[in-house]
Amino acid sequence: MPNLTDRQWLWLAAACYLAGFVIGTVALVRGRRHSRMAMFATLAVGYLFQTIGLGVRGRAVQGCPLGNTFELFQFTAWSSASLFLVIGATFRVSLLGYFTAMLAAVLTLVSLAIPEWDATARTHVFGANPWIEFHAALALFSYGVFGLLALTSAMFLLRNYSLKSKHVGGWFSFLPSILDLDHIGVRLLGAGVVLLTISLGLGAVYWVPHPATVDLVKVLSTIAVWLAYVVALALRLAGALPARRLAWACVVLFGAALLSLFAVNSSRHPPPPPAAAVSTP
Amino acid sequence: MSDPATFFMLGASHHSAPLALRERFALTPEKIAALRARLGPAAGLRELAVLNTCNRVEFYGVAGAPGVLARLEGAFCALQGVAAEDFAAARRHAAGGDAIAHLLAVAAGLDSQMVGENEIFGQVKDAYAEASAGGTAGPVLHRVFQKVFQHAKHVRTHTGVAEGQVSVANVAVELALNIFGKLDGVRVLLLGAGEIGEKTAKAFQSRGAATLTVASRTAERATALAAGLGAAALPWELVPARLAAHDIVVGSTAAPAAVVTTAHAAAAIRARPAQPLFFIDLALPRDIEPAVAGLENVFLYNLDDLAKIAEANRAAREAEVARARTIVAEKAAQLWGQIGPRLAAAPQGAAGDSSIESLT
Repeated sequence: MPNLTDRQWLWLAAACYLAGFVIGTVALVRGRRHSRMAMFATLAVGYLFQTIGLGVRGRAVQGCPLGNTFELFQFTAWSSASLFLVIGATFRVSLLGYFTAMLAAVLTLVSLAIPEWDATARTHVFGANPWIEFHAALALFSYGVFGLLALTSAMFLLRNYSLKSKHVGGWFSFLPSILDLDHIGVRLLGAGVVLLTISLGLGAVYWVPHPATVDLVKVLSTIAVWLAYVVALALRLAGALPARRLAWACVVLFGAALLSLFAVNSSRHPPPPPAAAVSTP
Repeated sequence: MSDPATFFMLGASHHSAPLALRERFALTPEKIAALRARLGPAAGLRELAVLNTCNRVEFYGVAGAPGVLARLEGAFCALQGVAAEDFAAARRHAAGGDAIAHLLAVAAGLDSQMVGENEIFGQVKDAYAEASAGGTAGPVLHRVFQKVFQHAKHVRTHTGVAEGQVSVANVAVELALNIFGKLDGVRVLLLGAGEIGEKTAKAFQSRGAATLTVASRTAERATALAAGLGAAALPWELVPARLAAHDIVVGSTAAPAAVVTTAHAAAAIRARPAQPLFFIDLALPRDIEPAVAGLENVFLYNLDDLAKIAEANRAAREAEVARARTIVAEKAAQLWGQIGPRLAAAPQGAAGDSSIESLT
């Protein structure tokens, strides 16, 4: 295996995801369906590189690479890609690979392009408790599920628009059926809620006896995201939230979930050194 | 008419013969067998396949001597009781690479009345299978037909000639697939007994719809149509209450005013919030209030909408024909480049020439 740094592996992964996005875009512009095999292979290779990169990073920090915004974005992209490789192969959801490649490319490239996100002074955020590390990994994995849910929701909205506006030709014709997208969305929503609930439960076991050790903004923002998804799921199951509104909610909520990562990460930063100390050589 | 030892096509199609004439040209399987029997001993006709559909009667074969096609034409006219001049007026003939290009265009659906339709591909396959079973397909026909099937698939998958549905009924089915994904669990309600509604209902049945129910303002007509379609009949007055029990509602009545109101549709979708409802309004005046389209999770298409989509698909197919014909010309020239020289080198009347057999 080439002796590359973690970031070099992650750049390679981002390039693969971007290649998948370009392949899909070119096919759509030409009015053709992209090769499912080519898309799957591109994402699989990107996923492999990203796994290696995160593994190298994990060994270096001796834990899950979830210590700063860069790593959180990378892990979310990795979770979405890993889910696609399972769901895409099983359910053969048309265009899901294209949208996954787009999401993964955006998350990985943006995080790589902003060096400040990876320049945070790392602390031992998980202490010596492996359950807390598992809690964090599971929470981020659930965000990956919600990322994929946002993609299928966006596809639902596009399909709904095409059917309502009676523009069903062109690349709209490659989208899956509206009912299939709705069913997949509800399943992903259920899976994401279950994973995040377990994650928060594990976190609460640690947090309740030691409330002073966890930043309140982090706790509140995470609970707000979890609660919003739970409410969306409950309303959907009760038949009180039509499929289109659920799709919009899932797209908006994923944006909110990504924003909450900043709150999660800011809680980990050690207090900045005094200004005088920084300027003193 | 044709050079000796060449691949030929002789026949008539909807391009050259009106329906009344095509009816007289149409062959039954028994007549095809009789024609083969008559032509069997004919000197110089080495191979023969007959493509007989509602739109064309065409003979493909290998002529190994002068006058073969005239004998074939004479035998066909005598068998069908058609005047030679009638056939001559509609006759189309091609030889060599042109004949291969024609067969390839036919198999790819480029020569069909409805460009891109795929039924013709199966019919060409049947013609080849019959020729093989009847012992009249030899090395040239084996080679030509097998390559034609391969190239026709290439044309259909690498161009847009077969994309999109071009009939109202099939467009409705395609839209239903865009909504429901598959039709095997879908319940269809047909309102009225209009012809286009019946065709659409049949299209849904043929694509595996779970149930079909018919309701008409005249109970007897509903019962009769339901019996004919193998469907259930629903009393007209129960229609509003039973809308929610169906996934697709096809309106095809001659009612003077809308029979499905926005209030009916809203009540139906409230009763099934997780399931979309697809209304297809084929009636004039319309059976379904246009405001129904504004409801959440409800999709409404009327006759104009479906016709526009069909027309757009048809135009898109036509736009792809030129590209498809370029591929056809290239592939036909390639194939004739392989077959032609060996066929020309074969001695006249040599049915089992080894250079030709090596083509297969």
